[in-house]
Amino acid sequence: MAVVTFMSHDGEQHEAPLEEGSSLMQVATNNAIPGIDADCGGEAACGTCHVIVDPAWADKVGRSGPEEEEMLSMNPERQPTSRLSCQVKVCESWDGLTVQLPEFQM
Amino acid sequence: MSSARAVVVGASHAGVQLVTSLRQEGWSGDIVLVGDESVLPYQRPPLSKAYLSGKCSLTELAIRSEGFYLKQGIERVDASVEEVDRSARQVLLSTGDGLSYDALALCTGARPRRLRTPGAELEGVHYLRRSSDVERIREDAIPGRNAVIVGGGYVGLETAASLRALGLDVTVLEAADRVLERVTAPEVSAFFTRIHQEEGVDVRTNASVEALVGDHRIREVVLAGGESVRADLVIIGIGIEPNTELAEAAGLVVDDGILIDAQARTSDPTIVAAGDCTSQDIPRYGRRIRLESVPSAVEQAKVAAATICGKDKEVAALPWFWSDQYDLKLQIAGLNTGYDDIVVSGGPTRDRDFTCYYLRKGEPIAADCVNRPRDFMATKRMLTQGTAVDMAALTAEVAV
Repeated sequence: MAVVTFMSHDGEQHEAPLEEGSSLMQVATNNAIPGIDADCGGEAACGTCHVIVDPAWADKVGRSGPEEEEMLSMNPERQPTSRLSCQVKVCESWDGLTVQLPEFQM
Repeated sequence: MSSARAVVVGASHAGVQLVTSLRQEGWSGDIVLVGDESVLPYQRPPLSKAYLSGKCSLTELAIRSEGFYLKQGIERVDASVEEVDRSARQVLLSTGDGLSYDALALCTGARPRRLRTPGAELEGVHYLRRSSDVERIREDAIPGRNAVIVGGGYVGLETAASLRALGLDVTVLEAADRVLERVTAPEVSAFFTRIHQEEGVDVRTNASVEALVGDHRIREVVLAGGESVRADLVIIGIGIEPNTELAEAAGLVVDDGILIDAQARTSDPTIVAAGDCTSQDIPRYGRRIRLESVPSAVEQAKVAAATICGKDKEVAALPWFWSDQYDLKLQIAGLNTGYDDIVVSGGPTRDRDFTCYYLRKGEPIAADCVNRPRDFMATKRMLTQGTAVDMAALTAEVAV
């Protein structure tokens, strides 16, 4: 089964199965991954599902859209490959994907 | 010895977050989530938006998948709770069964405030809180029909937008002299009135409902002045009331909501509570508040779970809210209660994006941001961290 790894800011790792068609946020919340708050449930309204995609995967996963960009631009932990995980639809072909979680969701 | 059991009453946003956080905080005993809606717990905010306008299914709104509950060892019980017996540490279910607990969490939520006028029980008169409410509204929401919405708050306005998208003629009746009167500045009310009028909604203020009239189905809404509005269906959105009866009967302190402290404990320290059913002293605002918001429910639930697990967390997050209407995304950071001034950035009288900052004694305390996620995130951050405010930057593009 294809697996994604969520890495916390202090290096703790949590794996979850990639379910085709789910958002990366749903993958995280359905597997009780700590550090993804997802307050708004996936509407890109809150910015609390921020992840930083491993740069090697950035092209495959895709870059942030304009609305996401506005939400992320004020975030001090923002990196070039930052995404709101609710806006990322996952593929089963992404086995081995790693994303980093920021220290704080805001 | 059998393992400890945590019982969470209410399969709401708060309830689901609480069971999740219990596992994350290390609770290894049994977890039972009791809910009376028989479907997988779902997100409520989209009910008046995407779900009403038919853009998504209830399955897509599930807060967590079926597999989550299985994998995390969380048992879901389809029942309502009739009584909490604190001395026996047991809850009595509507199924007649008793369920003993070592830890108990009340996430009983809220229900729509009822309209107490004649005719409110007629067929075609709806409230909107549960998915089953929306399913009934959708059966009635046939294009070309006249929908009358009683109450110009967020739920009323969101419903108006969704019904317009479905092709109905929509009238909004607001008893106050402007929509959103309780929650926003007059400038923001004027903006939403303009947008709804541009979208074809008949917005009537100072419109008190005297009676709902029909034979067995609603036909018209009669206003205090004697005027009547034709109605094929009516949706009432005049606020919510917390479900506190269970807590009250168990002898817990209730003040508007179930009173909780900073650790989400009720007046019985072995029982926690979270969500729309609670009220809490919030130091940031120096008063007791019952918040009606998903983010606040989620925050309280996380703290409640930590408390059950013997960890020390406090509810500290900044309250925030959101609302979607048409192509508008309103995001609200903070509570504006007690503001003495506003600063508007953008042109709310002509554009579809602007921000209204609320100030008290020169300090920003909240902001309503329409289609301006950047302003929202900046304000949320500023208010959360208490960082210095550059008022010159805020006021640089004040509306003319």
